[in-house]
Amino acid sequence: MLIELHKKLKDLLELAVYIKDIKGEDFSSIGNLYENLLEFYHNFYEIPPERISSLINDYEATLKKILLKAEETLNPYEIVKITRHPQRFTLLDILENVYDSYMELGGDGELNIDPAIICAKALISRRVGDEVYFHQVMVIGHEKGHGEEFRRGGSAAPWGNEKALRYMKMAETEGIPIHFYIFTPGAYPIEDYPGAAQQIARNLFYMSKLSVPTISFISEGGSGGAEAIGLTDLRLMAEKGYYSVISPEGAAAIEAKLKDGRPPRELVEKMAKALKLTAKDNLQLGTIDRIIPEPPLGARRKDYDFFKRLKYEMIKATDEVVLQTRSLKMFRKYALSKQTPESFSYFVNWELSEDEKEILIENRYKKYREMTRWAILEPKGFFKSIAQKGAQLGQSIAYEVKYRVLKSSHKTFKKFWEDLASESSLLLKPVSDPIKTVYNLIVGKKVRTKIRMPGEIESESDFYVSPLALQDKTVTCPQAEKYGCPDLWVPDLYGEFCGVCPNCGYHFPLEYHWYINNLFDKGSVKTFNDEISSGNPLNFEGYAEKLKKAREETGLNSALLSFEAKIGGISIVAVMLVADFRQGTVGVAEGEKFIRAIELAKISRRPFIALVHTTGGIRIHEGTMGVVQMPRCTMAVRDYVDSGGLYIVIYDNNSYAGPVASFLGSAPYQFALKSTRLGFAGPRVIFETTGQPVPPDYHSVENALKRGHIQGIWDRRELRKKLFFALLTMGGPNLYYR
Amino acid sequence: MKIDFTQLTQFLQRFKAKPYKIYPIFTPHTGKIIEFKVKEGDEVKGPSGKWLEKPGTPLFVLEREKNPKLIRAHYDGLAQNVRIELLNRFVEAGELVLEIRHPLTQDEIISEILLNALLVIRAPETARYILSSELGKRLEKEGLGKVIVKEGDELLIMTFMKRETPIFLKEKGQYIIYQIYFKPFELVQAGEPLLGLCPVEDLPHLEKIIQRIKDEWSL
Repeated sequence: MLIELHKKLKDLLELAVYIKDIKGEDFSSIGNLYENLLEFYHNFYEIPPERISSLINDYEATLKKILLKAEETLNPYEIVKITRHPQRFTLLDILENVYDSYMELGGDGELNIDPAIICAKALISRRVGDEVYFHQVMVIGHEKGHGEEFRRGGSAAPWGNEKALRYMKMAETEGIPIHFYIFTPGAYPIEDYPGAAQQIARNLFYMSKLSVPTISFISEGGSGGAEAIGLTDLRLMAEKGYYSVISPEGAAAIEAKLKDGRPPRELVEKMAKALKLTAKDNLQLGTIDRIIPEPPLGARRKDYDFFKRLKYEMIKATDEVVLQTRSLKMFRKYALSKQTPESFSYFVNWELSEDEKEILIENRYKKYREMTRWAILEPKGFFKSIAQKGAQLGQSIAYEVKYRVLKSSHKTFKKFWEDLASESSLLLKPVSDPIKTVYNLIVGKKVRTKIRMPGEIESESDFYVSPLALQDKTVTCPQAEKYGCPDLWVPDLYGEFCGVCPNCGYHFPLEYHWYINNLFDKGSVKTFNDEISSGNPLNFEGYAEKLKKAREETGLNSALLSFEAKIGGISIVAVMLVADFRQGTVGVAEGEKFIRAIELAKISRRPFIALVHTTGGIRIHEGTMGVVQMPRCTMAVRDYVDSGGLYIVIYDNNSYAGPVASFLGSAPYQFALKSTRLGFAGPRVIFETTGQPVPPDYHSVENALKRGHIQGIWDRRELRKKLFFALLTMGGPNLYYR
Repeated sequence: MKIDFTQLTQFLQRFKAKPYKIYPIFTPHTGKIIEFKVKEGDEVKGPSGKWLEKPGTPLFVLEREKNPKLIRAHYDGLAQNVRIELLNRFVEAGELVLEIRHPLTQDEIISEILLNALLVIRAPETARYILSSELGKRLEKEGLGKVIVKEGDELLIMTFMKRETPIFLKEKGQYIIYQIYFKPFELVQAGEPLLGLCPVEDLPHLEKIIQRIKDEWSL
């Protein structure tokens, strides 16, 4: 009896510590309750036993009151603290309490491929009437641990994400649903193989067509690390969880323009609010689907009621995803029937047939295609939009007829004829030739686009020269000390040399107009969707002014240019992320423009090229609205690549973070210009996360090539030529010029 | 070969009189010196950091064709003989602008003395080197400064692209392996020192000199 009371007192003490930790020093309601409790705890055996019980009950009642009061004044930064607290439930607690049994794969405890990621095969049970059914599922998620150092707070290393991908594939082979649990402050930002950015991109690419139902549950969703296992059919979120593009501390450091040191607490709290990172905000923004309620001040390790609720919600969510692939009628029937945490009224088989798998993937694509679309600013007239839609439809049909119907029948005939001719060429030649001639007459001689070699058209007179060249002075190559480069005369450097040091090959940065004007055939560049512009979906303080300024300075509406162009006669669709507009960061508008461009490339069967002038990552001012552009765009990329398109990415200057870890990094062919720096996180973030400084050439293209991130290093002077040959040699089977 | 101790003493005396090395800084090309970033006697630092990623102290700015070029220090030390009179004047390439006086540490002096005194086996080619197996075993057993080798002994094996060439001791007399300058299987540039050998009879004397430097040079 006494022991039980002692245990209860210990729990109360833990709760008091928890409240103190979360609410901070300013929370006066708790007063010196903690000190009193501690004293009581130390003198436990000296107090007469008959008094203990009532004392404990008193304390419990007061603590409950305080807890409710603390809940009332809970602010977003305190929610962030909740998710990081060692007393909060972790994935292992979920595996113990939500699932009936589980088996860890890829190691457990410290002996693990990556202790920050847990993969487990688990059984989850449901009661229908008197029957108990078991479902097998794959559970993949981050493990924060209750203060263990080796877990790295749930920051998955690149090989941790790779392990997650491997078990996703395993679940796909076995046809069992996957439950993802996201408890990460962000990915561990090191570039060691397979590379933080590359692996996240690969995960997203694969997950977009995973043929099993996937459900994710977010407690701590830190940007890219969360996305690595977060592209799912249904996204649940803990009521006291956060899902954000960047930690509030990181945002504050950027906002205060700190080089080092800690940002002030007020600013951090302000950022937490401005980033709209709570579950409620995210539901409103449409980046998650549902909130799982939690007890006041968040669920802790021993909140068994919460686990019960979570189990019910996970089963229900999986049921819904599965039923949506069957028929709407079944889904509706299910939704209307009464399901309770104790007992379900239906048993749903989670295995999908081939047709259902297709519907599942289609639903997933639709879901992400619609996500954040409401926030796009686009001037819309009623007639214009109808006309546009009509034109789109017409275009789509025209291309369909041109390439699928006509071309395929043409191809079949050609193939049949070739087979026939080669088998009996001698015998049939006198007969076959006239038929062939007649056929050619009817179909018309093959209408092949004339392909001109680049260089032919590139005369000196129409070569675009950067305005940087208009200065009469010399500059020093940054690598002069190492390679002994002579000083460069600016008109030469930016003119004839294309901004490249002729001695060491160092690439000086150039403005984006240079690429637009010099890479493509003269007059062939036609931009589209220019009017789509970045809005301010979070009402982030000061963001609207920043956007306005960027718009005025650049004359652009977003950081992404999308255009149609020709290279040596080959018609392509291209996008370019421009440094001048907010450092080429990606938000809702950029994501939408990217998707529309790649969709156009898909329906018109053209190669798709992404030029990266510079990208600084996901724009923090658009919060999770920006983050979900990662899965959105990657899905579009997957769709395009699967349909046989050729997607080439070319990096220049600086390319970091979100875009590299998703729609750029998932490209099968990636090239970089010399002197480019690319990676996941910058040197400062790496130092702050790992405590280890990185060498100055850590993000260089040479190292990116060694790590297998890119397929080659290109020289700007022959970029047009290289690109042309790449198109000729690597064109996908479905491209029109093939 | 015997160690020339009189020369060594002279050498030491020179170091004692001037315990530093002077690095002259010349202009890399013609131009106008538009600014001096250091004064006489200022402390300057060479590149630092784990990968020498932090550049050295700025010394002066040389301008040619509107391109101001910052010249930085490559050695630690003090700036001296700063020719202030060159400010705002046109200078030819190779003009002395200032000197960096680099104070020598005890280790630097000892290694300098040893390189002069010992019989140094240098790398004949740019290649990877390892100790011959017998010598390696003996060194492991007896330690540095104890193993005696004589003419004709196999000292090292030069290995490059799987081609191995032994290196023998060609000097007459008995020598003690005193210093090893390379790491096994690391690429050594041609002409870099590999081994430092000391004639057996000179060892006590040399050790006395080293000890003396250690005692006197408490810089």
